[in-house]
Amino acid sequence: MKKASILMIVGPLFLLGLYAFPLWNIMLGAPQYPEPLGMNIHIDGIRDVNEFDLQNIDGLNHYIGMRKLPKPEEMWEFSTFPIIIGGMVFLGVLIGLLGYFKKVSYIWFMGWFVVMSILGVLGMYDFNAWMIDYGTNLDPNAIMKLSNPDGTPMSYKPPLFGHAKMLNFDVTSLPSTGAWMMFTGMMLILAAFFMGRKTSKKTKTL
Amino acid sequence: MKKYKHYVFALLGVSLLLAGCGNQTGKSSSNGALSSSAAEKVYVAPGEQDEYYAFLSGGYSGNLTVYGLPSGRMFKEIPVFSQFPTSGYGYSEETKPMLNTSFGFVPWDDAHHPDISQTNGELDGRWIFINGNNTPRIARISLSTFETEEIIEVPNSAGNHSSSFITENTEYVVAGTRFSVPVPQRDMPINEYKGNFKGALSFISVAPENGRLNLEFQVLMPGFNYDLSHPGRGKSHGWFFFTTYNTEEANSLMEVNSSQNDKDFIAAINWKKIEEYVKNGGGTKMPANYAHNVYDEHTHTGTSTMKKEVLTVDPTEVPGAVFFLPTPKSPHGCDVDPTGQYIIGNGKLSADLTVHSFDKMIAAIEGEKFDGEAYGIPILKFEDVLAGTVKSGGLGPLHTEFDANGNAYTTFFISSEVVKWKLGTWEVIDRKPTFYSVGHLMIPGGNSRKPFGKYVVAMNKITKDRYLPTGPEMEHSAQIYDISGEKMELIYDFPTHGEPHYAAGCPAELLAPKSKKIYRLSENKHEFATISPNDARVERNGKEVHIYMSTIRSHFTPDNIEGIKVGDKVYFHITNHEQDFDVPHGFSIIGQNTSELLVMPGQTKTSIWEPKKVGVWPFYCTDFCSALHQEMQGYVRVSPANSNIELSWSLGE
Repeated sequence: MKKASILMIVGPLFLLGLYAFPLWNIMLGAPQYPEPLGMNIHIDGIRDVNEFDLQNIDGLNHYIGMRKLPKPEEMWEFSTFPIIIGGMVFLGVLIGLLGYFKKVSYIWFMGWFVVMSILGVLGMYDFNAWMIDYGTNLDPNAIMKLSNPDGTPMSYKPPLFGHAKMLNFDVTSLPSTGAWMMFTGMMLILAAFFMGRKTSKKTKTL
Repeated sequence: MKKYKHYVFALLGVSLLLAGCGNQTGKSSSNGALSSSAAEKVYVAPGEQDEYYAFLSGGYSGNLTVYGLPSGRMFKEIPVFSQFPTSGYGYSEETKPMLNTSFGFVPWDDAHHPDISQTNGELDGRWIFINGNNTPRIARISLSTFETEEIIEVPNSAGNHSSSFITENTEYVVAGTRFSVPVPQRDMPINEYKGNFKGALSFISVAPENGRLNLEFQVLMPGFNYDLSHPGRGKSHGWFFFTTYNTEEANSLMEVNSSQNDKDFIAAINWKKIEEYVKNGGGTKMPANYAHNVYDEHTHTGTSTMKKEVLTVDPTEVPGAVFFLPTPKSPHGCDVDPTGQYIIGNGKLSADLTVHSFDKMIAAIEGEKFDGEAYGIPILKFEDVLAGTVKSGGLGPLHTEFDANGNAYTTFFISSEVVKWKLGTWEVIDRKPTFYSVGHLMIPGGNSRKPFGKYVVAMNKITKDRYLPTGPEMEHSAQIYDISGEKMELIYDFPTHGEPHYAAGCPAELLAPKSKKIYRLSENKHEFATISPNDARVERNGKEVHIYMSTIRSHFTPDNIEGIKVGDKVYFHITNHEQDFDVPHGFSIIGQNTSELLVMPGQTKTSIWEPKKVGVWPFYCTDFCSALHQEMQGYVRVSPANSNIELSWSLGE
């Protein structure tokens, strides 16, 4: 249980990477952009990959009537996410410590994992909802109003995961360093749960 | 008879050897295979980049052109001494001061010899310098913006030809006069030239932190023609060498009268000694009037200042600073090898090259072995300084460059060829024809301690070439030779722009990573910049109207302007708000008596328009900026001079 608890203490710390590294990355390449434009989505805001990328993405998007990319103060998520992540790190480390001193059982590890997974799925759902709104809620006076072959208005929602062709742009959307660190942390906690269960079974059989 | 047999066997042996070599490398001697291998050498596939930058002077175009090697593709023409309507250089209010001189606005010059800045004798890629020959000027061009940043006029000079060569730490950019003139200028009979005219050699310092030029001192030499020059390097750092002709001091029918002396001179100037003399208060301050023009990257504006004084040095008052090295046949090019040991005088009226030895020169000076003097300047004995003579068999040697393996490459104008020879042994290794009548040649870094001896570019002097004909007037042609092997191989012909006198080249990686893509709007300090579209406005001050206008894809702010009257002087100050690479916006308006403006992202440029007719006049963007470029237009309403219409401006109303 000691080893498992140490993992439970270390695991949540990986989430701290989200304060330094982007959660998600979206790149937009096109023939006239051999060096693609890109945005890094951090838990506290959207940032340039290269300087002026956001400004230039906004500049291009105005033709098709998309709104400007949100500033951190324009979305509640960017002030709330850092608090939630901080809280979850604190809780996780606390559970790990309590586990170490045998105050709580390994079941709590799974509890933390489940809560974090639910929060993660909710976060993804929220992110996707924003992208749908961003890509479809277009200015009716847009310079270019394009339609799909079936006559419905074309929308510009970036893919949540993977690659999509949007007009002349190749858009790639993938998890970034922060997300991979979070994933690693959560795997450690999952491992902590299984280790904890194994050792507790042994203790029981003894 | 026995002897002959030996020769025959030897020849057979050689030919067998050659044939063997040919087979080993898998090359056949047919033309097709040869030209395809040349094609491979110069072919830079779409999307690939060249290995070297080459900066070719534009000669009478007044500008500098940027090429890639080995492809021979032209990338850019950098306006330097000439008005350039493509960008508005010399037409915009910001750049007009760059062409100011003591003779007023001079919109043209004859640009000759580019030289890239150096540190410890190696190319450092900070700036490139070039001289204006006609109205003596030196320009400094940034190698991060590829724009002209500074131009300084050179007083007391005429035919600024032995310029603009830099010392090995870019301490000075040196400018010598080809034509001697009265100093100071005065009204006097031309035929009293001899003994009265002077040749000014100017030493212009370059500030290491920002490249700012300052004319530190001028050495007033006897009235010869100072044709070309090069700095000493390595062991000869601290010296500068100038070829001279017309040591006869003729003032008419020069082609005959200045070709009489069997030997002219190479003037060796110990500039470190003169620098010290000047630092200790030496020299004479002389009233002068010359322009110093500086372009600031942040204000995007050039300013011209008239300077009123120059420090002159009489070379006879600085003992041990100036010597003459006798050199046969009106030498033209004056080239120093990468070690700094050899000084090559290209005797343009002869078949031979004269090579002087720096060590021998120092020994002769120390031994005071003089062969008389000219105007108080000691002449060294030809035999005492001579390192060797290259008996080339060619005619009319002009210029020499070097590779890193102790070889020299000399152009021969009259016999139209490049000759490769060995430093030290003076033997000729190879010769290849040029098409036709070559002048300068360039090896990247070939005028430094560290040449990159892969290609030589030969720049021709006559415009007859081997391309499709285009009437009596043509561009000059150049050839690229692969010099990586023992023998040179002609791999490419390409046309140049203007008449290239000399060039400078450097590895691409020295410049490409630091080439600027945009100017930052947040750093724009232009007096009339419009930093936010909310600041766009129109202001009247008497008959002067200032329009503060911003541009972004794809509109001008404002794009409707009323209240302008006939007789007004309208300043359009255009600020480009784009911060994306390669999104310039242009500006032009009907009846503009000047050129368009091409405004780079983050930049501000100004054009004056003086409306002469009542009406509603359109203006538009001249650079295809986006899918809505055609919509990027606006109107100015011009009312009669006595109308009462108030100034107003708008966008999207």
